[in-house]
Amino acid sequence: MSALRYGYVTAAILGLLWTFTVAVTVAVAMSFLTGAAFQPSMLLSGLAGALAGAACLWGRAGAGIAAFGLLALGVIGLGPVQTGEVGLLSLVIGHALAASATVAGLDGFLRKLPSGRLTRHEFEDAVIRFLTGFGYVFFTAIVAIPFYVMVMTSLKNQQQLVQNPLDFSIDLSRGWHLFDSYVELLTVFNFGSYLWTSFYVAVLTVLLTLAFSIPGAYAVARMRFRGAAVFSRSILLIYMVPMIVLALPIYIGYSMVGLRNSILGIVLIYPVTTIPVALYMLQGYFRGLPAEVEEAGLMDGLSRLAVIWKITLPLSLPALASVSLYVFMIAWNEFLLAFMLLDDPSKFTLTRGIASLNSSEIPRQHLMAGSVIATVPIMAIFLGLERFMTRGLTAGSVKG
Amino acid sequence: MTDAVPPKGRGPLARREARLAWSLLAPTVAIVSAVVVLPLLAIFWISFKPVGLADLRPPAPVVRESLRGDGEDLRVQYRLRNSSQDIAISGVTITDTLPPGLTVREADDRCEVSDGTILCDLGDLEAGGRDEIEIFVSTEDDPDALGEEAEASAPDVTGRAPNILTNAEFTLENFARIFDGDEFWGVLGVTLFYATVGTIGALVVGLFAAMLLDRSFRGQGILRGLYLFPYVAPVIAVAFTWVILFDPFSGSANALLLRMGVTENAINFFGDRPLALIMVTVFEIWRYFPLSFLFILARMQSIPEDMYEAADMDGASPFQKFWFLSLPQLLGILSVLFLLRFIWTFNKFDDIFLLTGGNAGTRTLTVNVYEQAFAVSNIGAGAAVAVVIFGCLLLFSVFFFKVLSREEGL
Repeated sequence: MSALRYGYVTAAILGLLWTFTVAVTVAVAMSFLTGAAFQPSMLLSGLAGALAGAACLWGRAGAGIAAFGLLALGVIGLGPVQTGEVGLLSLVIGHALAASATVAGLDGFLRKLPSGRLTRHEFEDAVIRFLTGFGYVFFTAIVAIPFYVMVMTSLKNQQQLVQNPLDFSIDLSRGWHLFDSYVELLTVFNFGSYLWTSFYVAVLTVLLTLAFSIPGAYAVARMRFRGAAVFSRSILLIYMVPMIVLALPIYIGYSMVGLRNSILGIVLIYPVTTIPVALYMLQGYFRGLPAEVEEAGLMDGLSRLAVIWKITLPLSLPALASVSLYVFMIAWNEFLLAFMLLDDPSKFTLTRGIASLNSSEIPRQHLMAGSVIATVPIMAIFLGLERFMTRGLTAGSVKG
Repeated sequence: MTDAVPPKGRGPLARREARLAWSLLAPTVAIVSAVVVLPLLAIFWISFKPVGLADLRPPAPVVRESLRGDGEDLRVQYRLRNSSQDIAISGVTITDTLPPGLTVREADDRCEVSDGTILCDLGDLEAGGRDEIEIFVSTEDDPDALGEEAEASAPDVTGRAPNILTNAEFTLENFARIFDGDEFWGVLGVTLFYATVGTIGALVVGLFAAMLLDRSFRGQGILRGLYLFPYVAPVIAVAFTWVILFDPFSGSANALLLRMGVTENAINFFGDRPLALIMVTVFEIWRYFPLSFLFILARMQSIPEDMYEAADMDGASPFQKFWFLSLPQLLGILSVLFLLRFIWTFNKFDDIFLLTGGNAGTRTLTVNVYEQAFAVSNIGAGAAVAVVIFGCLLLFSVFFFKVLSREEGL
């Protein structure tokens, strides 16, 4: 370990690792953007990276030299990113991107690092700065790539997809025909009505869930009665029963009663899957409210129910918002019950509609367009109300 | 003067409060027990029964009514058949009201006619059997219109048939079947691998992500929102995206790997035996790291800053601060998260079902429920697997409540 703690050694190793990270990232990004051949070279990026790392110890001047060196190496074909048949513009952009990202990163990691022996603090700080940089690249890549692929695939046509699966560039000359898959889904495949079904099923689920769970949560949180502790435990236990275990008898029961294939059946069953979550989240919040306010209300002659209506509920509006959002998300994303209970295409929810697109006869850009249609509304709601959502999620739900 | 005695037992106020509490809880208890407890009991019941998918519709007589012939030959005809090919129906009767305008001339001798109401007793209908009843009628109106009217009103049919779901026939065959052979232990092993590695992976990745975002900088909110995407998006959308991304023939991931020279031949990510299980586990980690990251971040931000300042004064290095300060502080939330997520991953169905359908060595217990019940059409065996899952769940929850009572933070 102690051999590692020399400025040059640390700089070279971090340079090697970081340059390879950047090379892979740039190659993947450029491949996805242009569809042309970019590939990282482990050997060359290691060599060039180690040198660049060492150079970055020499302050701004060293970093500048390293950047130009990397760019020059890239253009003559010996850089971290190798290029095949690539247009001149994307070639220059690719290598410039690789060189500047490498050096900007290394400069940040190795700033003020002495070239000789390092103290433990200096060494660990540099490693942590590298890990942080790597972390941002890594997480952004793993989250963004699938969503990027989803959106871009939905804008292609069959022929383009087969020709080059790597090419995610948008052919703007197609104009409005880019959205052909969406138009077809909304007209031929009836996705407009699925959207509407999903929406009102989710809204009804939220309303029913709140109607049942607010009184229940209040009773568990505030009132003293025998069995309160057992009750709040059993909420958690029910919340852990797997849906597939319940889905089977529900399927059988619904088949017998004739509730299969009806929106009514779905609206009856969704709230039950969300009530335990909502109860658990709300009771946590109610416990946190100051009891004195409610007691003051009681002293002034309000009944318990009036206290809930006039004091507790207005105070817990933020929690109600988070719970509603979370329940909406569960109902919107629910797949298993919709898949098992709905067979009639006129009554599909959005997730069930997407499942019906998964066949070899339907081109996959349709499947992806359907996925985008299902994802965009929930993402928009989520980003708009992210603050509530985050709080709601941490308020007592590890379910998913 | 009597001594003042403290009140014993529960006073009227306490009783009133308990009454109100239960009345507030009553609707929830009712609906939850209707949809959770009843199905659970049903699952136990069914798991001891030899039930197939086809037995869900109990055998019943099916009848078709029509007005046939004309003039002398005009007759109302009821055609019956047994919907089941294996089980006989006993005590079959038909009750129907003829449309006004039809006069009965001659009825089948199994039928009684009074005031245009027909009651026929057909006795038993053997398995797959058919029967026919004809009632000769006369009319002065248009037979076609009357015929339509007659067909529009469905006759009442009754019949008794043994229903496999409610009779007293029990069997242990379902359990014998699912525990038979190596398959069950294979499935259990896959489930445990998936749950353990998936949970630990999601926790570790989530911890890493939380440490990245545990500092304030511009755009922190946006990044946090972005990192939550995998969890918020509908599972069906992201699962299909992964399937398409890793498709062996036209997936982008394979094209990328081939071009970079990492592999010679296209890799069948969701189709090869050990790889498919690793891939679904990676998917699980990818999809649920946001959840652990959120919880860990919330806990991290509540660690008091002065502890770190004291550590700085003592000369602790960054790694030491993480190892000796942050980690012990996070241990509580990490253990609760581990247990909860472990249970949830153990129960997970949708993800694997959508990614591989349980093929290529990725069949977990939950997928097995579906496979047995719907693919093999043996509801009883599916229910037996569900009972096994429920048993495991009870076992885990004992552990969970032991830990939770120490760690009441969540």
